[in-house]
Amino acid sequence: MAKKFLSGDEAFAEGVRLARPDVISAYPITPQTIVVERLSEMVEDGSLKSEFIHVESEHSALSCAMGASAAGVRAFTATSSQGLLYMAECLVYASGGRFPIVMMNANRSTALPWNIYGDQRDSLALLDSGWIQAYAENAQESLDLALMSFYIAENKRVSTPFMANLDGFILTHTYEEVDVPETSLAEKFLPPYETENKLDPDAPKNMAFSAGPEHNYIFKYKEHKAMLEAAAVITEAEEKFAEIFGRKYTGLIEKYLADDADYIIVTLGSIAGLCRETADKLRAEGKRVGVVRIRYMRPFPAAELAEVLKNAKAAAVLEKDISFGNEGTVYTNVNSALFKHGVTLPTYNFIGGLGGRNISTADIENIFGTIEKGTDKKVNFIGIEVDENERDR
Amino acid sequence: MTEILWLGRGGQGAFTAAKLLGAAYSAKGEVSHGLAFPSFGPERRGAPVRAFTKLDSKPVLDRSETEKADYIVILDETLYGENLVNLLKEDGKILINSKTGRGENVLNIDGNSLAAELKLPTSNTVMLGFLSAVSGTVSAEEICRAIEDYMPEKIREKNKLAVRRAIEEAAK
Repeated sequence: MAKKFLSGDEAFAEGVRLARPDVISAYPITPQTIVVERLSEMVEDGSLKSEFIHVESEHSALSCAMGASAAGVRAFTATSSQGLLYMAECLVYASGGRFPIVMMNANRSTALPWNIYGDQRDSLALLDSGWIQAYAENAQESLDLALMSFYIAENKRVSTPFMANLDGFILTHTYEEVDVPETSLAEKFLPPYETENKLDPDAPKNMAFSAGPEHNYIFKYKEHKAMLEAAAVITEAEEKFAEIFGRKYTGLIEKYLADDADYIIVTLGSIAGLCRETADKLRAEGKRVGVVRIRYMRPFPAAELAEVLKNAKAAAVLEKDISFGNEGTVYTNVNSALFKHGVTLPTYNFIGGLGGRNISTADIENIFGTIEKGTDKKVNFIGIEVDENERDR
Repeated sequence: MTEILWLGRGGQGAFTAAKLLGAAYSAKGEVSHGLAFPSFGPERRGAPVRAFTKLDSKPVLDRSETEKADYIVILDETLYGENLVNLLKEDGKILINSKTGRGENVLNIDGNSLAAELKLPTSNTVMLGFLSAVSGTVSAEEICRAIEDYMPEKIREKNKLAVRRAIEEAAK
């Protein structure tokens, strides 16, 4: 293995190179651009044997990847923000068609006001599109996720497209040390893609067909079952990954000092590191605090969250998202999981980092302090003082 | 943790220097970890830009912009202001590319002349060498190895020389 100083985008591109997609179709958008630039350079210098198709829009990028997947080959695309939203129509096509395409999404704010910085409103708006959704924390995890995503998506029990999310700039453009595995090991981990879900003159079949009310419903049920099954395949993939590369991952969630914690922050993406560092600091002061990082939003870790939060006194959900008129979408999902599993504890929502605004150690300390004291205000915006008469709905 | 704030103008290579430092430090061994990032946003030649390097004995988890730096390295002297001291830790230092000094806490080197001598269009690696001499965080050899790994071949030798020349100047 070679250690390199890479950005999140560059690390992900290295992971895609190791996964050897046959077709890459993409349209550039900040802060995703570097991924497709690097991949185009790899195709040019011969280190990646792939058909690189520079399409005219994101809608075409995913349509093209679907065409490639329907021809029975491994396909990759990448986008961000408005590009992802422009692709929305194709997202459900790809998942409904059971095409195991991998896409990297650089999490970025959605317009208006126009803003190129990071938040998670783009991908969370598409939580129901039938794609597996993972959120990386650092550049190493980005590379590893790129490699694992194909393994998981292409598994016959899953056959579901995979969206790997990297926080815009804070992860995509930040450089750190990354282990880049040998190609031979990557080949051992990820075999070539083989499928029966393809256009094949020797075995003709109907693809991308219509299904009336009677049958459409069954297809949707099967999509749901496959997504649930992905949870087990994620664990399998991580076990095989650890065996070959020596790096361990922890499935749908990652716990930090959470098992005996009274107060827990549940979050996702690159902010988790600072949450853990802050938890260390507060632990040294005798506070029983912990952190849970959601690694996968779909399939959702409902049982895992209920289990880790059941003995806590209070929990905060920290996210870079707001569903206007309600609350953060991650908070909605976490509360639903707790209710479903009969776990009762006060939970609070902290919205921050929208449009790339900084979340500091002081902000995180303040979240731990607030949930320890308790507050009537359930949905809180970091750094915004609200009128005390303002109530949640 | 040692935090370095780089100030320059678009095109002067502030981020390249920030990245080389992070790479050089990370390559030292298992207990040295670097993180480097530019001030995020559109890139515009000539506009003031910032870049950050964080160095620590454990993986750097705080990805937010530095609020108090150990070193502020200024590639373009027009970006200097007395209020920069607010961004500095108590015993922090400002390193400036300038013929003239600015008083206590501010160390200067005539990076432009040094760069011109070597026919380099910018003084970023001169300032990186100067930082190496002042801070001791990385050695000339460690920086030169990072230059080997991350700079295009045809500009490597000149930039390695710039680092070594800056360290010699600082020793005078």
